[in-house]
Amino acid sequence: MTIFDKFDQLAAARQALEENCGDFFNMVVDDIISATEAVVNGRRMILAGSNNYLGLSFDSDCIEAACEATRQAGTGTTGSRMANGTFSGHVALEKELAQFFKRRHAIVFSTGYIANLAMLSTLVGPDEIILLDADCHASIYDGCRLGKAEIIRFRHNDINDLEKRLKRLAKRNTNILVVVEGLYSMLGDRAPLSDIAAVKRKYGAYLLVDEAHSLGVLGENGRGLAEEAGVEDEADFIVGTFSKSLGAIGGFCVSNHQQLDLVRYASRPYVFTASSSPGVIASTRKALSILHTRPELRRRLWDNANMLYQKLQDLGFSLGPEPSPIVAVRQQDKEEALAIWNALVQHGVYVNLVLPPATPDGGALLRCSMSAGHTAEQIEHIGQAFAAAHRTDQAAQTG
Amino acid sequence: MHSYDDILQKITEILRPFVPQGQAIAEETDLVADLGLDSLKVMKILETVEDSFDILIPLNVLPDIRTVKDFALQIQKLDGDGQ
Repeated sequence: MTIFDKFDQLAAARQALEENCGDFFNMVVDDIISATEAVVNGRRMILAGSNNYLGLSFDSDCIEAACEATRQAGTGTTGSRMANGTFSGHVALEKELAQFFKRRHAIVFSTGYIANLAMLSTLVGPDEIILLDADCHASIYDGCRLGKAEIIRFRHNDINDLEKRLKRLAKRNTNILVVVEGLYSMLGDRAPLSDIAAVKRKYGAYLLVDEAHSLGVLGENGRGLAEEAGVEDEADFIVGTFSKSLGAIGGFCVSNHQQLDLVRYASRPYVFTASSSPGVIASTRKALSILHTRPELRRRLWDNANMLYQKLQDLGFSLGPEPSPIVAVRQQDKEEALAIWNALVQHGVYVNLVLPPATPDGGALLRCSMSAGHTAEQIEHIGQAFAAAHRTDQAAQTG
Repeated sequence: MHSYDDILQKITEILRPFVPQGQAIAEETDLVADLGLDSLKVMKILETVEDSFDILIPLNVLPDIRTVKDFALQIQKLDGDGQ
């Protein structure tokens, strides 16, 4: 018996996948051409799964801001926010995030994952309860595991199940934090946030909304689902990431609760991580300002998302429940999903293949995410590639 | 409040559709090693058990549940707590 025996099952699963689809574990981006194109394993491909919703990773102003900050302040902070790693840029970004979200307080974290780890492990303590949507992201589950709160799930987007649980827990007379996402990352569906806010208020709970996929995507000003649903006052804490619509890396939490600032001192994921590099902070600040100044990017993103959703629906694919920049093609059969993914690669389209247990219902997903940077020609090409991949798969099944 | 035997019988019924046909389910059966339950199946089973006994099962208790007996005892405890 060795320390590695526990990985035998994983090794067998990987080997089986490699036999069917050798490239899957070996996809390397050789050269990034733009926000929507790259050379991957020597082949020029359209990036159709990158979460680069507004295409800002290649915005010239963001790049220039990052270069200038790197020249001025170096490539890294080499320290935690609590030690030598709080630079003026971090403080400025926190102020700008608070202004953007119209909240009094903000904290910047080094990644979106760390933002959830920090908030969920620290905010809710022993004998208190986190009530989370079953389809929440792994970073939320991991944050819960790191803390000492009691963790209870409710069925995905099921307001009756949430209320039933809140009603039952009311007699415990303790603090309850309800945790949901703006757009769910796998199927691209929204939380029923106005209903959730109403039951949260009825039972005196707190509400945390992870707007990782909805920042810059939903709401008149791009503030996310809480803005779109008109319930920003009920969302006690908004968490999000810089690694999607803002085209960089990092995370944040904003709130009107003045005690948010105390989380800095109590949160191990905040204290014991090096802070974001000056270049990342500078490009994020620029990208955040672009959310204000270029609302046409959001409109273009939605036009593109609706176009691809419609195309794939017309082709007969089973999709996520509503059009959104995350267009998830559902496959019950893992082998069929692999075959289609492989054919898409052959046709120069790179989407995310998501396999169980990362999927909500045990099926497989070919998860596309649209960008404002995609052209109509690229979306046409993605649609044609799906059609061709589907034909190849059907032929293989009947032959 | 349900008796331990009632809980055990009900759990066995709930587990049956999630395990291979002919697989024995006894008190000492290991949920993962013997029944091959993965995380998705475990979550579905928890939802069914919560509905059947009208209880809430915190995820925190899962690391302490290895066998069918552990599961039944945990449900009995939560049932008794009125959770």
